[in-house]
Amino acid sequence: MAQADVVIGKKNDGDGMRWFSWLTSSAANTLVDPVSGRKLYPIDGGIAFPDYHKQETADIPIRNVAMPSHYIVPLRVNPRFTARPIVDIGARVRKGEKIGEPEGKFGVAVHAPTSGVIRDLGHYPMTHVSGLPALAYFIEPDGKDEAIEPTPYRGACDDTDRIRDFLQQMGLAGLGGAAFPSHAKVASSPVKTLIINGAECEPWITCDDRLMREHAAEIVAGACDLAAAVHALEVLIGIEDNKPQAIAAMQAAAANHGAVTVVAIPTIYPAGGEKQLIERLTGIEVPYGHLSAEFGVLVFNVGTARAVHRALTYGEPLLERVVTLTGAADDPGNRWVRIGHPIAELILEMAPKPEVDRYLLGGPMTGFAIPDLDAPILKGSNCIIAASPALFPPPPPEQPCIRCGACAPVCPARLEPMALYWFARAQQFGKAQEFHLFDCIECGCCAYVCPAHIPLVDYYRYAKSEIWEREREKSKAQQSKARFEFRNYRLEREKAEKAARAAAKAAETKRRLEAQAQESHAEASANGTNDRDGAASPSAPNANDAAARKKALVEAALARARAKRAAEATEPSGENRE
Amino acid sequence: MITAPYWRAPVSVTRVMGWVLLALIPAIVLHVIFFGPVLLAQLLLASVAAVVVEALLLWVRRRPIVSAVTDLSAVVTAWLLVLALPTTVPWWLTLLGVVIAIGVAKQLYGGIGQNPFNPAMVAFAALIVSFPAELSRWPLPTTPVAWQWASFLGTPNVDALASATVLDTLRTAVHSGQAVSELLGRSPVFGTLSGAGYEWIAVAFLAGGLLLWLRGIIPGRLPFAFLLTLGVLSTLAWLVAPERFAPPWVHLFAYSTMLAAFFIITDPVSGVVTPRGQWVFAAGAALLVFLIRHFGQFPDGVAFAVLLMNLAAPWIEMKTQPRVFGEDHP
Amino acid sequence: MLTALLVMGGIALVLGVILGWASVRFRAEGDPIVDQIDAILPQTQCGQCGYPGCRPYAEAIAKGEADINRCPPGGDEGVRRLAELLGREYKPLEQEEAAAKPKSVAVIDETRCIGCTLCIQACPVDAIVGAAKQMHTVIDTQCTGCELCVAPCPVDCITMEPIPESLETWKWPKPTWSSERKTTETV
Repeated sequence: MAQADVVIGKKNDGDGMRWFSWLTSSAANTLVDPVSGRKLYPIDGGIAFPDYHKQETADIPIRNVAMPSHYIVPLRVNPRFTARPIVDIGARVRKGEKIGEPEGKFGVAVHAPTSGVIRDLGHYPMTHVSGLPALAYFIEPDGKDEAIEPTPYRGACDDTDRIRDFLQQMGLAGLGGAAFPSHAKVASSPVKTLIINGAECEPWITCDDRLMREHAAEIVAGACDLAAAVHALEVLIGIEDNKPQAIAAMQAAAANHGAVTVVAIPTIYPAGGEKQLIERLTGIEVPYGHLSAEFGVLVFNVGTARAVHRALTYGEPLLERVVTLTGAADDPGNRWVRIGHPIAELILEMAPKPEVDRYLLGGPMTGFAIPDLDAPILKGSNCIIAASPALFPPPPPEQPCIRCGACAPVCPARLEPMALYWFARAQQFGKAQEFHLFDCIECGCCAYVCPAHIPLVDYYRYAKSEIWEREREKSKAQQSKARFEFRNYRLEREKAEKAARAAAKAAETKRRLEAQAQESHAEASANGTNDRDGAASPSAPNANDAAARKKALVEAALARARAKRAAEATEPSGENRE
Repeated sequence: MITAPYWRAPVSVTRVMGWVLLALIPAIVLHVIFFGPVLLAQLLLASVAAVVVEALLLWVRRRPIVSAVTDLSAVVTAWLLVLALPTTVPWWLTLLGVVIAIGVAKQLYGGIGQNPFNPAMVAFAALIVSFPAELSRWPLPTTPVAWQWASFLGTPNVDALASATVLDTLRTAVHSGQAVSELLGRSPVFGTLSGAGYEWIAVAFLAGGLLLWLRGIIPGRLPFAFLLTLGVLSTLAWLVAPERFAPPWVHLFAYSTMLAAFFIITDPVSGVVTPRGQWVFAAGAALLVFLIRHFGQFPDGVAFAVLLMNLAAPWIEMKTQPRVFGEDHP
Repeated sequence: MLTALLVMGGIALVLGVILGWASVRFRAEGDPIVDQIDAILPQTQCGQCGYPGCRPYAEAIAKGEADINRCPPGGDEGVRRLAELLGREYKPLEQEEAAAKPKSVAVIDETRCIGCTLCIQACPVDAIVGAAKQMHTVIDTQCTGCELCVAPCPVDCITMEPIPESLETWKWPKPTWSSERKTTETV
């Protein structure tokens, strides 16, 4: 098996070796696409699997599924792209009715997948590797599937802002798997090149393939709609060359659109990754932390393009998507599934075999085993694989790393996976970032070829989540520190103000006493002129009285201050008693 | 939880090591044809000793024994050490070498994947410094097998039937003022290309190494850079002063050169991973080999050259990191 | 002999002068090590270490008066980072039970709060809002879980609730290599 020796030294070497590649190149490094005649750029790394397992489902037309017993429509899965619930429990909703208002700039609207009654708004298990719950609506369908009156888009086709708001309200998100809000991508215009991603490089998944074969016209129409919205000059549709029927269908659909070119790219995993596709078609490398729009390129999945077209033309919000049901099953194939369909009921559609022990969401390279099957299908759920021990045997035990270097040549991001592994393991996250940890796209190529069977991608995911958590804690700690320091400053300020008030009061008291003393002195003088003999004695006692009063006042104030100081000394660190 | 990828390529460390052993077979067969079966006894002794030493140290370190021993890396180290030493060294010397290689240079540093120095070369360097006499007696194709067995068992009676290597002969001759051309035709040590008998084993190493390269077990740039650098340097030297320097084919087809190029410098654990770094590593090793051979005390500089480059390997790796995707774009 | 002594003495003198000048010329303002220690501490300002705040504790560590294992909110990892920074031995946390507690925030039971402001005065980061005879409530994003407000409350209406794990706070666990297991798992 050739791919068993995709180890050190083969053609997909890193930096400095591309000029050698023509010596040992195969189809993976051809530089001209025979279909469109367009120049292609080489990409690094990647793996050519011997068997992509597409034939199980690629030739079966897409079918519908039976209505499930309930829908779980999530409002918040990703902390950045959330929606606010706007419908009460017990309300009746119709298909396509908006039930979640987008929150913030990145929020995406959520719609009811069918007509029915809202039974609950609560936390339900999510289709996430942790299985943790998220806020979702529980909808019980009434079987009528009554839809609301659709409202297609009525503005100008190149009015970017209006289209952006419209798509946000229509709930459009990336159907390639990441479910990134499409309206946010549309907003980052103008771009020169619009790329439609029909590559579908991951094994087992065929939903995009079938969609291209059956709905090519709508995809191309959606591409044109998007191109107009983002003012793109050209549209490239990248399709891997292991899908000849899809390429033919898309070419036929694009025949009348001059600016749209269908490009066949060599089949190598992960050619369908956004950055890799951009590099393959345009030669541009988008680094981590930058948007592709900064380089004049935008990428949309074929499914998203079709959904955009249906939203703009027919006013259809994003309610359903194609899901590939495959693996150890008797009735595999692609199905139209509405968002929120519980996975436990969906898998019955493919009649899984008895030896199935778990279900994978996504493909074998980037997917995960679904922890709780009561979770729903999300906007980005593209495939469910019924995994059996025969199809996906448990990985062999991990051995120590022998530094063979087989991981580096297959990395599409040209990283050194071994260095990242050592640093992540030693928890030296600073050094891992120096070695560009965040440029890792988590494709799994390095872990695939590792002879010591080290789960490399797990180490990178662990390192990334640790780094994010540390940054969260650090910013929280800085906030706490700032608040603490302000509190200290505030207390000092209050003390100073109090001291100032006390001083002012003391000065006031002093002035009052002096004024009184003067008054009584004046009185005494007045009394003294009437009765010269007894003048001295009444005035003297008056003066004495004033002095005694003043002394008494001073004594009292001193006593109070002493008492207060004594009280403060017995208390713990400076708390005011107001 | 078991996480993605749920597919793994059908490779393993045992398979990689197995290929290396397979690539050494042609050379071993030729060796037995030319020199007799003593090599097989050495290999057997060394392999068993390596496995025992490794198992013992793993037990002391409380690590899993079976999975570590069945990855065949100790056996590979043992074979390489035996092939680097003369076939007729006494059994206790082989044993000592294996203990140093596996025990000290490998397990004491942390086991497989953790040794900064090539274990076989560490052992060779220790032995050549401690027992220079035993390591300078190399059998010729004409050496009787009985004598070889006697030497292996530790009782050599006549040592005039063994001789030094090609490179050793050259070095002593040049130092004593003889011209190289005088030796080439006349000394029984020399064959067609290089050392008599040993030159064909070198060709066998070359063949085995090419097999490893084609199967993707070793990167092609390491042996290529090594042989290219050594060839260029020796050609230049020979052209400048043909009486003091041997022709390049003597260097290239010396026994140790081919062994080093395909099996010693390609040890992944102690070497360099980055592509540009591997060019530097191999070229540096070749340069040091040439210098030590001609201007150094020892007849063959492979062990010391490799160890010196192992010292420099982390720094080379750090300095030759490839450009990452998207880097140095504004 | 004499020459050797004079030469060595001369070199020592010259080097001493250079070092003295350098210590004056390149003197660092403040004590940078205190800042580095303070940056590692979690800024909870809870006082569980025995010092009134994180900065005094940092200063005490720098002076050598305090050990590095007295901060439960920083956890085991905090002790390790301090050990690495200062080159000292790692020790397990002194307050073991406190270390095992999960991260919590304070929650005021509004039905029992009497508006006495005692907790507001106790909170070191001013995370409780309210005024005399008005409702008090904890700003949960600012609460550090230091528990200083629990004791002063006269009606015991403050409880510490552990922060539940959610999709926002979930972390990918570290893969553990176990030689005993037959398969590799991430737990």
